[in-house]
Amino acid sequence: MIIPRVPVQHRRLLPDRRLSGPTPWVIAILMMLTLLAAAAGVGLARSANAIGSAIAGRVTVQIVTPNPVTRAEQAAALRRAAAAQPFVLSARAVDREELQATLGQWFGSADGDDPVLNSLPLPALVDIDFVGENRSRHMQELRALVAAEAPGARIIPHAEWLGPVAQLIGSLAWIAGALVILMTLASAAVVIMTARAALGTHFATIEMLHLIGATDRQITRLFQRRIAIDTAYGIALGTAVAAALLLLIGWQWAGVTSGLAATASLGPGGWALLLALPLLAIALAALTARQTLLAALKKIL
Amino acid sequence: MTDAAAPRPGGAMVEFDGVGLRYGPDAEVLSDISFNLQPGSFYFLTGASGAGKTSLLKMLYLAQRPSRGIVRLFGEDLVSMPRQRLPGFRRRIGVVFQDFRLIPHLSARDNIALPLRIAGVGEDDLSGPVGEMLSWIGLGDRAEAHPATLSGGEQQRVAIARAVIARPQLLVADEPTGNVDPEMATRLLGLFEALNRLGTTVVVATHDIHLISRIENAQMMRLEKGRLADPTGALRYPPANRA
Repeated sequence: MIIPRVPVQHRRLLPDRRLSGPTPWVIAILMMLTLLAAAAGVGLARSANAIGSAIAGRVTVQIVTPNPVTRAEQAAALRRAAAAQPFVLSARAVDREELQATLGQWFGSADGDDPVLNSLPLPALVDIDFVGENRSRHMQELRALVAAEAPGARIIPHAEWLGPVAQLIGSLAWIAGALVILMTLASAAVVIMTARAALGTHFATIEMLHLIGATDRQITRLFQRRIAIDTAYGIALGTAVAAALLLLIGWQWAGVTSGLAATASLGPGGWALLLALPLLAIALAALTARQTLLAALKKIL
Repeated sequence: MTDAAAPRPGGAMVEFDGVGLRYGPDAEVLSDISFNLQPGSFYFLTGASGAGKTSLLKMLYLAQRPSRGIVRLFGEDLVSMPRQRLPGFRRRIGVVFQDFRLIPHLSARDNIALPLRIAGVGEDDLSGPVGEMLSWIGLGDRAEAHPATLSGGEQQRVAIARAVIARPQLLVADEPTGNVDPEMATRLLGLFEALNRLGTTVVVATHDIHLISRIENAQMMRLEKGRLADPTGALRYPPANRA
């Protein structure tokens, strides 16, 4: 049991004041940071997975033939030929307007009337998604197709330029996971110090209880209960603050609909993990306190 | 499992044989201590300050294992006994400490009730005995007082009540009358004597020579520089066991 049952009369063997002083507050801060790190880790991991799966099977063929008419014909021919291939899931020619709109964000004009933008010799782009996982073979087949339909065109696998970003996000997710583990260990260390301090403070009472026949189990349950309750207060406080912060961030995040940021979310599994962490933390605190107390009591006859 | 509730028929309740005790690397504070305590007997332990009385009592109430020798209590070897079995033996021993060792945040009533609660006695069953004990030690009207608000003598009475409330088989008292007036000392000694008549073996460490003279048939153990002075051999070979 996480918080052991102790008869009311036995609870009074420890004074009413909290044993641990600042412990609930330290645990609250650690719990809040743990939950925020866990939320960041889950969000980043999901983002990395989403980006990875989105870019893994996609390539863009860039046709740079100088003649704009020939360039457009090659793009159309390549799209048609690619769409007919069994290894291609979908093939789409990117409209010139779409290209100009994208570039317009960098030129400072999104309405398409920028004379500089209109004068630029933009390449024709064809986005192609592969079927299945055999991507190296599909790339060979695509190269042959491109050589036939649009000689000189360049094939750009999205994984080449977005892959490092996905890897970075994945690394950040692992770092967040490591932070969760470190803060969990720090929380356990705080509980151990609290248990040892409680034993030191109440050594005379413990010695007296021993001498009148109290068992280690009886004494341990008293302290374990008190430490678990103190820790639970801290965990509840830390969880409440973290939940408020996550809801605030989530509310602000809801307005972000473009780019990589839009791929970050917690999902049901992430929320379940965040809800489970405080309960696991209470269980860990109670177990740590119990083992610390038992180990310390064994040193007393 | 051997029944530790009672010593072997005809056997000693407590047996010390060649016991020595040292703290850390220092010289022994007790050396070659050998004696037997018979069930239902009354013993006084005397000796100058620093002679080792408290150390000897600590081994009697199982707060300390000897460095060497054999200690048997209720017929069982305590030197090699696993520590998880010790609480069961401790519940059969009542201890009155020289410094009382009352739990400061508990009332007099709760301090006295402690051994019964630890032994698992229900609240309904312990209120009667605790109330009687409070009345007997003259603190019936101060049941809810905390130790800090009690005088030294009152604290000592509470400590004695706590030691005897569970009717121990062995009562060990370290200077139990050091802080009470002569009248209360007489009453407390009367309680020890009454318990002794009921079969409790009593060991009282004291400097008070008048106290010793008040108990008939009490045997005296004298410690001198960590060694037991037993010129007559009465402790090692008590009259009841002699051929």
